[in-house]
Amino acid sequence: MKPKLAVWKFASCDGCQLSLLDCEDELLEIAAHVQIAHFLEASSASVCGPYDISLVEGSVTTPLDVERIRQVRADSKQLITIGACATAGGIQALRNFADVDEFRSIVYARPEFIDTLAESTPIAAVVPVDYELRGCPIDRGQLLETLSALLNGRRPRGPLHSVCFECKTRGTTCVLVKGTPCLGPATQAGCGALCPAYGRGCYGCFGPATGAPAHAKKVFNLFNSGAPS
Amino acid sequence: MVLTRKRVLPTAMLDSLSPLIAALRADGYSVIGPTLRDGAIVLAELTSASDLPHGWGVELDAGSYRVRRRDDDAAFGHSSGAQSWKTYLHPAKVPFWTAQKTSDGFTVDVPPPDGIRYAFVGVRPCDLRAIAIQGRVLGSSYAARLESAFIVAVDCTEPGEACFCVTAGGGPACGPGADIQLTETVGPRYLASAQTTIGQAVLDTLPQQPATPAEREQGATAVAQAAERMQRHLPSIDLRDLLSGSRNAARWDEVAQRCLACGNCTMVCPTCFCTSVRDTTDLGGDIAQRWQTWDSCFDLDFSYLHGGPVRTSTSSRYRQWLSHKLGTWHDQFGESGCVGCGRCIVWCPAGIDLTEEVSALAQERQTDHE
Repeated sequence: MKPKLAVWKFASCDGCQLSLLDCEDELLEIAAHVQIAHFLEASSASVCGPYDISLVEGSVTTPLDVERIRQVRADSKQLITIGACATAGGIQALRNFADVDEFRSIVYARPEFIDTLAESTPIAAVVPVDYELRGCPIDRGQLLETLSALLNGRRPRGPLHSVCFECKTRGTTCVLVKGTPCLGPATQAGCGALCPAYGRGCYGCFGPATGAPAHAKKVFNLFNSGAPS
Repeated sequence: MVLTRKRVLPTAMLDSLSPLIAALRADGYSVIGPTLRDGAIVLAELTSASDLPHGWGVELDAGSYRVRRRDDDAAFGHSSGAQSWKTYLHPAKVPFWTAQKTSDGFTVDVPPPDGIRYAFVGVRPCDLRAIAIQGRVLGSSYAARLESAFIVAVDCTEPGEACFCVTAGGGPACGPGADIQLTETVGPRYLASAQTTIGQAVLDTLPQQPATPAEREQGATAVAQAAERMQRHLPSIDLRDLLSGSRNAARWDEVAQRCLACGNCTMVCPTCFCTSVRDTTDLGGDIAQRWQTWDSCFDLDFSYLHGGPVRTSTSSRYRQWLSHKLGTWHDQFGESGCVGCGRCIVWCPAGIDLTEEVSALAQERQTDHE
């Protein structure tokens, strides 16, 4: 029996799920080793739980989300959040710093139809999570490493250091020191230093690096408001 | 290359480095040297002398790097660049072995050496020392790569704003370790001398004139003047003693307010050598690989022992790095781990200046003793 894999969506843009479909060269191998039991972005065919591995995208923003994620947790042996929304609240967590009723009245013609929570929270704020993959979107390589580790019964390995390690490893000259604002020094590695490799500053979508000074936390409010630091 | 040869004075004057690079390429070397890319002077493969950053200089400060146009065509009118030669001699990622599951067990294959013979063109005196220091630390695999490498070193005639090699025990004149040694003079033309037998064999094939006494004098003066133009200095005290006596200095907490623990200083340092190993598996569990990767004492995982990391605070990690570099390196390897290239100052995003930190520690210690 192949392990059953499920992919779930909460408040999100679908980009992280797309990273799984982006594993073009490895997709057949993934399908050879797991049964893709529930993945609506790829197929409307769905197999009921329990599931060995659940990948969860998106943040919790409605009362219904709270019920759904509790059910997903109950149905899953391993629950892995994928992306900044599921791991740290996402862009929609900017509402956490404002009055959601005010937003609702400005944006919607009939705000009374909008059933939303006051805050957008990471999945881990509602149910226990086994592993978290960061990023907006997640890194394909990290997803494969995590799946590979779980399928082989070993612990997934993820870096705790800054993006700077990845710039230096791939030979990218520091954009910050050359004058482009960059969050790389305080951001957790994992993306392979994608943005600086194209001459752009890191915008911190992987959230604060473990051990980054507490004062760096405030610069991560865009994607990672709910990140611990 | 031989590390113990005495410095040979320049014998030849070269009008161009093109024949040298062509000769090295014809000998089968992969020629690596400085070139201009993405607004920085980086190391990359050179196909001809025109790839060198002719006419480009740099403006450096703590946490700041800019290239600038020079008013001459000097190829080496810039100081140590964004990377060091460890990129090639001690690469960031090296495969150790691949294990493959078989019907009755598994096989392990160790990849053969890549067989690349490097010729490094434009190695600065500070980096020449750094190569030797890493060689003494890393032993056989490093020695094999270094043994097959051909080194063309260049005296430093224009130190950068972050340089402090003189007070780090070196200087702008090349020490031992090169096969051919150059001094860039006006033109640019190059005073050259062979320091080894293989260096002599290559130099003999190049078009050249004998170096005149006046040209030698011009070169020697430019190098001597460079020593006078260092803008940064380490205090002239026993640094090993200072660091070992500063374990509880208040300065560590002060620098930790600025340090991002990003690890850039260790990555750009030409002597920092620490590595980690990581294992990977494929999805089916049939193939496993072990890799050696660069690591850094600023990584929280670096001091992970049974139960957790030992150095959790930024101050303890900065202290570890500086104390090892300038202090306990002596106990471990019989010399300092710093060559004064200034890279850790330039490429620190927070602009932390090693020389300033050492001076502050010295000041604090002096105050404590009064």
